[in-house]
Amino acid sequence: MSQGLARLQWPVVIQAGDVVKVRLLVQHPMHTGYQQDMQGRLIARNVLVWLACELGGQEVFRVEPSSGIAANPYFEFCVRARASAEMVVRWQDDLGVMGEWRQRMEVAERKTPKP
Amino acid sequence: MQLASASGACLALGGPSRALAQQIGFDQQRTVADMLQRLVGGRPVREQGVSLTAPALADNGTLVPVSVQVISPMSEDDHVSHIYLLSSRNPVMQVAAFVLGPWSGRAEISTRVRLAGSQQLLALARLSGGEFWFAAAEVIVTESACVDAS
Repeated sequence: MSQGLARLQWPVVIQAGDVVKVRLLVQHPMHTGYQQDMQGRLIARNVLVWLACELGGQEVFRVEPSSGIAANPYFEFCVRARASAEMVVRWQDDLGVMGEWRQRMEVAERKTPKP
Repeated sequence: MQLASASGACLALGGPSRALAQQIGFDQQRTVADMLQRLVGGRPVREQGVSLTAPALADNGTLVPVSVQVISPMSEDDHVSHIYLLSSRNPVMQVAAFVLGPWSGRAEISTRVRLAGSQQLLALARLSGGEFWFAAAEVIVTESACVDAS
């Protein structure tokens, strides 16, 4: 079950062996700990501590952000696609709240020769 | 210590931020050697093989697109294992650490960072052989990420 909100995007057509550029957007305020609310009180720091992506059960990307990553973190990374598999993105923030997002990556058989 | 400065307004709020303000003065930035020291230790480090793309002028420090590419075959025995983004002026030096591997295919990442004022950004790549490569970029920030309370 997915909890938390994220968006994953990759090319529509993927052939086995392609290096796929994955674009990931996660909904999170990323409070730095230096920002104030309307009453002038400091908002406690709450940023993603880690975020990891698995493709077909294997971890393919991990990031450990800090308060230096902008709100609603956006990441682009590459992964070599071998076969159709589910990508699972998991993350945890300073409050210990975990998020998860799943999306299936469809990979077609290779028709054109490898570049 | 006078803390009223436009670029450092976020640091002038007392509490933990006061300690940070003392660690890094507003006109004082970390040098490249300072930034590399903690991660690299005494290991070999070269300014080569990495390209760091960031805007030369960022109107707003709350959202600055940054991308890093490292020249690497990304094979089992020669790949980039980590990419670090380091900031010379942010309260937290290490903006993010990325873990990559031979499964990545290409050593390329992009993200959007916050910058507390004009500064130098470093992209540091750790290779599977234990070597470090880096690239630097200067970014002029018109409005610091810390001024805007939102």
